[in-house]
Amino acid sequence: MEKTEALSGSTNRPVRVIEFLGQAWAWLFLLALIVIFSITGQGFFSLFNFQSIGANMAIIMIMALGQTFVIIAGGIDLSTGFVMGMASVFGAMAMTSWIDPTTTPLPLVVLVGLVAGVGAGMVAGLINGWLIARLQVPPFIVTLGMLGISRGAGFLFSGGMPVPVKVEGLGQLGNGYLLYYHANTGLTFLSPGPGLSGADLRQLVGILPHPLTLMIVLVLICHWVLSRTKFGLYTYAIGGNREAALRAGIPVERHTISIYLLSASLAAMAGVLYNMRFTNGAANAGDALLLDSIAAVVIGGASMFGGEGTIIGTLIGALLIAVIQNGLVILAINPFWQFIAVGIVIILAVLVDRARAKVVK
Amino acid sequence: MTPSQQPILQTINLEKHFGGLVAVNNVSLDIYPGEVVGLVGDNGAGKSTLIKMISGVYRPDGGKILLDGQEVHFATPMEARQRGIETIYQDLALCENLDAPVNIFLGREPVRRTLGLFTVVNRSYMHDESQQVLDKLDIHIPNLNRPIREMSGGQRQAVAIARAVYWNARLMIMDEPTAALAVAEQRKVYELVRTLREQNVPVIIISHNLQDVFAVSDRIVVMRRGRKVGEVVTAETTTDEVVGLIVGATAVA
Repeated sequence: MEKTEALSGSTNRPVRVIEFLGQAWAWLFLLALIVIFSITGQGFFSLFNFQSIGANMAIIMIMALGQTFVIIAGGIDLSTGFVMGMASVFGAMAMTSWIDPTTTPLPLVVLVGLVAGVGAGMVAGLINGWLIARLQVPPFIVTLGMLGISRGAGFLFSGGMPVPVKVEGLGQLGNGYLLYYHANTGLTFLSPGPGLSGADLRQLVGILPHPLTLMIVLVLICHWVLSRTKFGLYTYAIGGNREAALRAGIPVERHTISIYLLSASLAAMAGVLYNMRFTNGAANAGDALLLDSIAAVVIGGASMFGGEGTIIGTLIGALLIAVIQNGLVILAINPFWQFIAVGIVIILAVLVDRARAKVVK
Repeated sequence: MTPSQQPILQTINLEKHFGGLVAVNNVSLDIYPGEVVGLVGDNGAGKSTLIKMISGVYRPDGGKILLDGQEVHFATPMEARQRGIETIYQDLALCENLDAPVNIFLGREPVRRTLGLFTVVNRSYMHDESQQVLDKLDIHIPNLNRPIREMSGGQRQAVAIARAVYWNARLMIMDEPTAALAVAEQRKVYELVRTLREQNVPVIIISHNLQDVFAVSDRIVVMRRGRKVGEVVTAETTTDEVVGLIVGATAVA
């Protein structure tokens, strides 16, 4: 390390400091926010609150995972918000009316919901990918069109109303924890210890809410795929120089289709997670989440021109947004300030990135 | 270069039309192992079209391409590359967001298994092999893990050349290799071309810059309006004679 630094010559101390800040500013900013909110906000610094931040950001983060691949490959997927909503409608309808949820075991009900929701999402993703890769229609246009199509499809199939999911135990699953701890029963897996009731339940501690666990698993998988596999490398190559990727023999068309398929599938999975968390499906469930998920990717250092970005960066971006939203709520600040705060952070992120690029060059 | 040697590449009466325009007209060319051939001509003389037929981008409308004496038909540039014809275009076709090893191996990445189940890109192998090929060409890149974006024009050109060499180029075609380079970097590229020649890899250099061509080539082929109008030994000619051929003032030598 020392040797290479010395050889490159131009890497002197101030440059290194700025480069470090350019990479670490989001971590430092996140840390500063957590410290500030912990001091000023009652109940911010607690296991319960941190876990609820995690559970609340899961849906946005899962959408942002797919978006990270898309943006690194030099595209954009504007349709994820309504694909997520459409998937939640299909998931809700499948779980309640395609099968009889009273006689079907819960895991099977969830599976049917997943197949229906993700299936619907995959159709949207395939159409996106095919139009972008084969017919070379700009991603912005294709996915803007798909935004409208999935929005309309979601509302048409749901009759314009939220679809309630009356399935025994589904809500507990969507809002449950992987582990429970109580002084009397110790650590138990998936459900509270036996014999707890009334006052005991108030001292029950849930550890790892299911949405958070699912999110962590998906984050780890996506991080591994993006940073270690050919699939990840090709994503960067296509975003960096599509022509070079083509000449190197990379299957650019097939890969582009896969990426939009992945993005839509993850958004659809977020839709089914929404079913389980809120026990309904709604065509506009993801309407407000699209921009937050893109914001997470951008704050995380991805370039809108493609070729740059990481899953860890996106995770920090999503964490920043979630912490800002949660902290402002705890401080009882008018919720409209959340939009302004997140907006400022997005612009800040791009400014920091540009300053870093200038210095490095 | 001895006449008795078999040429690596031969084109025989090669032709290409675009509508009514004859872009390449009846061009025959022999390229021998270890020689550097400069291909010169004015804009629209047909240099690029000729090269694109050799590198598999265009299909000839007439004539033949022989590689090691065997006729070849390339449907895609990839097929030409697989047969050892490497073309370095002016834009270099590098992914500037990625590092040199990844660029050298792009599209042909080595993989290894982890946990006996998942295949991952073998970065350390790519790194070591890249270091070796760069050393062999006497190219120094301070930190192989930095993206191409942070390299100088000469270093980028060097990475593109190293990529071609690593994949056992039998014939290297370079399109305007020094167009965007500072003088010191141009020298570096000339050195690389000479290194290739020493390793018996023939190089075709297309250039507008006659200084380039005179600096490194053994032979100069001049094209004008789709035809080959001259073929001269670099050591036995002058810039004036070549310019004369390019503009059509001198009769065919």
